Amino acid sequence: MTDQQVRHTVEQVPSRARDAPSGAPGPGREEAGPQTRIGGSASGRAAGARAAPADPEAARRRAGRRAARIAAGVAELEQRLADLVREGMAGQEQAGRAVWEETAARMVDAQAPGLAARVRELGEIPGCGPGWPARMLEEGALLHLLNRGWLGLAGLPQPLAATVRSRVGLPDTAAEGEAVRDRWLVLAQYDSVSPDGRLTTRRTWLRGTESGRPALVLDFGPPGRPPRLALPVGRVVEAEARFRPGTAGLRADLAEGYGAGAPCRQVPEGVGTGPALDAYGAALREDPWLESWPVVLGPVVPVPGERGWQLADAEGGGALPVASGGGRPQAGLWQLAALSGGGPVTVFGECGHRGFTPLTAWEPGCPEPVALTG
Amino acid sequence: MTATAGEERSGEACGDWGELVGAALLGTGRRRGSGGGPRELLDAAAVHTLRRRAGLRPAEAAPRPRPAPADPRPEPPEPARRRLARLLAGRAEAGAGSGRRGASPDLAELLPQWLAAAGRHGYRAPAVLLPALLDAARARSDLRPQALALAGPRGMWLAGLNPDWRFALRAGAGGGLPDPEDTAAVRQLWQEGLFAERAGLLGAVRARDPAAAVRLLSSTWATERAEDRLMFLDSLRVGLSAGDEPFLEAALDDRSRNVRATAAELLSALPESALARRMARRALACVGPDGVAPPAGCDAGMLRDGVAERPPAGRGERSWWLGQLVEAAPLSCWRDRFGGLDAAAVVALPMPGGESWAEELHAAWCRAAVRQRDPEWAAALLGSPAAPTATAPGTASLAERARLLSVLPEGERAGWVARFIGAHGLSEAFQLLGACVVPWAGPLGRAVVDALDAAREAGGYPWSFSGVMGLAERCLDPAEAGRLEALTAAAQPEADAGGAAGAGAYWAEAFQRLTATLRLRAAMLAELAPEPAV
Repeated sequence: MTDQQVRHTVEQVPSRARDAPSGAPGPGREEAGPQTRIGGSASGRAAGARAAPADPEAARRRAGRRAARIAAGVAELEQRLADLVREGMAGQEQAGRAVWEETAARMVDAQAPGLAARVRELGEIPGCGPGWPARMLEEGALLHLLNRGWLGLAGLPQPLAATVRSRVGLPDTAAEGEAVRDRWLVLAQYDSVSPDGRLTTRRTWLRGTESGRPALVLDFGPPGRPPRLALPVGRVVEAEARFRPGTAGLRADLAEGYGAGAPCRQVPEGVGTGPALDAYGAALREDPWLESWPVVLGPVVPVPGERGWQLADAEGGGALPVASGGGRPQAGLWQLAALSGGGPVTVFGECGHRGFTPLTAWEPGCPEPVALTG
Repeated sequence: MTATAGEERSGEACGDWGELVGAALLGTGRRRGSGGGPRELLDAAAVHTLRRRAGLRPAEAAPRPRPAPADPRPEPPEPARRRLARLLAGRAEAGAGSGRRGASPDLAELLPQWLAAAGRHGYRAPAVLLPALLDAARARSDLRPQALALAGPRGMWLAGLNPDWRFALRAGAGGGLPDPEDTAAVRQLWQEGLFAERAGLLGAVRARDPAAAVRLLSSTWATERAEDRLMFLDSLRVGLSAGDEPFLEAALDDRSRNVRATAAELLSALPESALARRMARRALACVGPDGVAPPAGCDAGMLRDGVAERPPAGRGERSWWLGQLVEAAPLSCWRDRFGGLDAAAVVALPMPGGESWAEELHAAWCRAAVRQRDPEWAAALLGSPAAPTATAPGTASLAERARLLSVLPEGERAGWVARFIGAHGLSEAFQLLGACVVPWAGPLGRAVVDALDAAREAGGYPWSFSGVMGLAERCLDPAEAGRLEALTAAAQPEADAGGAAGAGAYWAEAFQRLTATLRLRAAMLAELAPEPAV
């Protein structure tokens, strides 16, 4: 239990930043050029394609320089992790996170924002209460795995290599992802702000009504300007989604011109708690750094509890713990309980190793979704 | 899906997870022999972590909550649901009041109206808004009865799950009270319940069947504590009728003085009761066409009928007794005593030989008119709305006059206050307006708007009338919005004209807010109208 609480507090804010675009603002950033996706993913991508470098040779040299920088950063980070385990993590509680902040800044300098975000999180863990050593070893080991992936990139199969590149924070190369045309149901949309308050990330979860395929569309906005992409929960839009390589095939960009869409006429079909965890486990094979997997869960009964909430299968004895902030249940959970009245509901959310984070709920037989407040 | 899952699993190649964590805590550099270097440890930990995450299984479900009882009432229409969500969200922001108010409506004031209107339509609260509704009711006890009624059984069910909302269970609101028809359950709760439960039960039974409540109360009356007897007796005010007389008459001999006094007061509100007749006899002996002769003493009979013997400091005992006798005597007894004169004529009579008693007499008549809810006497004691307050026949106190007004029929009440405002303006109207029915009747609303405009022309400032303004936002008929808009326009130019830009702009802003609030109220009420059946 405590284990989970610790994990969550760490996860809450910073992990969102991992999905930040490769050119996310930060110290030492040099390439905020065409690859940057701030202010509209689809258009940004198109612009990037158009503004393809005139001099391929120069571009190649630039890419080479950047790869070298990242490699140097990765080597330095590996050393830090090895030192941590060799000297022992016991002193970390006292050491404070300043040292890790410094390492994170070095990763930003090395143009590896994905590594920087993970390092920053790692530094937060010892301050998060009991159970931190296991949690720190888990995250440190996954960071080590990412480093090793980068160093052995040439030997990795294509999709995994793309996943490693995007997790490290390298903008994807010209490689075109798969294009899927479908009627996409908007399952959830929410914003989160980076720890430094300099970037708002808007996540929109979609599911193809025909393909059944999940998709995550990210949009970004600087302070004072909310992200532009606004798709109301419960709408179905017909559009082409271009999936980016790697990251378990979740990240997608919607081609423009999809219109306002129509309201969904039925409650999306849900799965039980077992298949939900299976789906997350399967996705980990493609992206071992995945925190969670989008799942429509149902029918489930929300079970409030003083030591944490659960979503329990309406039939059978299985349940998923709700990922809670470790403190008081959030308003959204009480909304979920009110909606259920102790009966079964369908819930969309993110299912991961910290538990299930409910985002949207449906009452039985009522296709109108209820977006739960965070 | 439990934290133990990872610890239980021991991999063939990567050793026990607990050992790995131990080694990482201690440091591979300090451990001799066993295991490899830091890189090997990190490799093993990575494999372990991924295995754990990929192999997660569902946890065992905790006992589920009992399902909420069904609520057959319909939900409000969609626009009304959205409105309630906004009102509840606006509540949090409204708290921070900072000096002068702007031109936007005060959402916190609209919430009670929304709740009342939704209650009249017989809606239930949308489930997803229950948490916000319970939070609102927790913060504002004035909202509780309506908010909890709207929340209904699902709201009570939810409140049972969250300690923050325990107040809702305490407040009762039907939660846990047996059906008043279920005699056995009623009797059991009455005999075994806590005081609050019993008081709630008595109220519920009284509302359904007044006589049954008296029977219930009689069944345990002799064994109740004095303070409980007083509270239970007080709850009989609701639904009071001649049928209660035997019980109340018996209570005149109660051990507790407060219980006796309350029983007497209730009996005096029943003009046909034996107590009322006894009081009439005593009062008629003191007051007549010849003048006022207060009682010379307080005898045992008077004491039994609830007359308090000792006056408060600074009052003569004879006028104190006189007041109590007249107050408890049925007003109908005075017509014959004064040779067939009606209430207005009796009130207008000079009281020969008793100038000093006259004031006491009129004050007692005022109390009697309110207690016996006698509109003829109330109107007579209020007098003409145009006359100066100081010369009012009954009382000069605005609070007393507001009480008298509440006895008048609604239309008459609004008309009286409208004429009062026409004659005296708004500065003394606040309490009187509070006695009027919402929304204000046409003539009353027009009088208020006219008076506000007159105040503006006279060079006043709107905040001098903030009390009336606040009332107007809640009580003006939305139909007045059109006229107000014209006044807003009238107020504006003055602001641009002179160097004294002050008052005009403030009035324009105040009128704008009033108009906006009225329009919002109109929209709010329209949204609540049931959707036509498809």
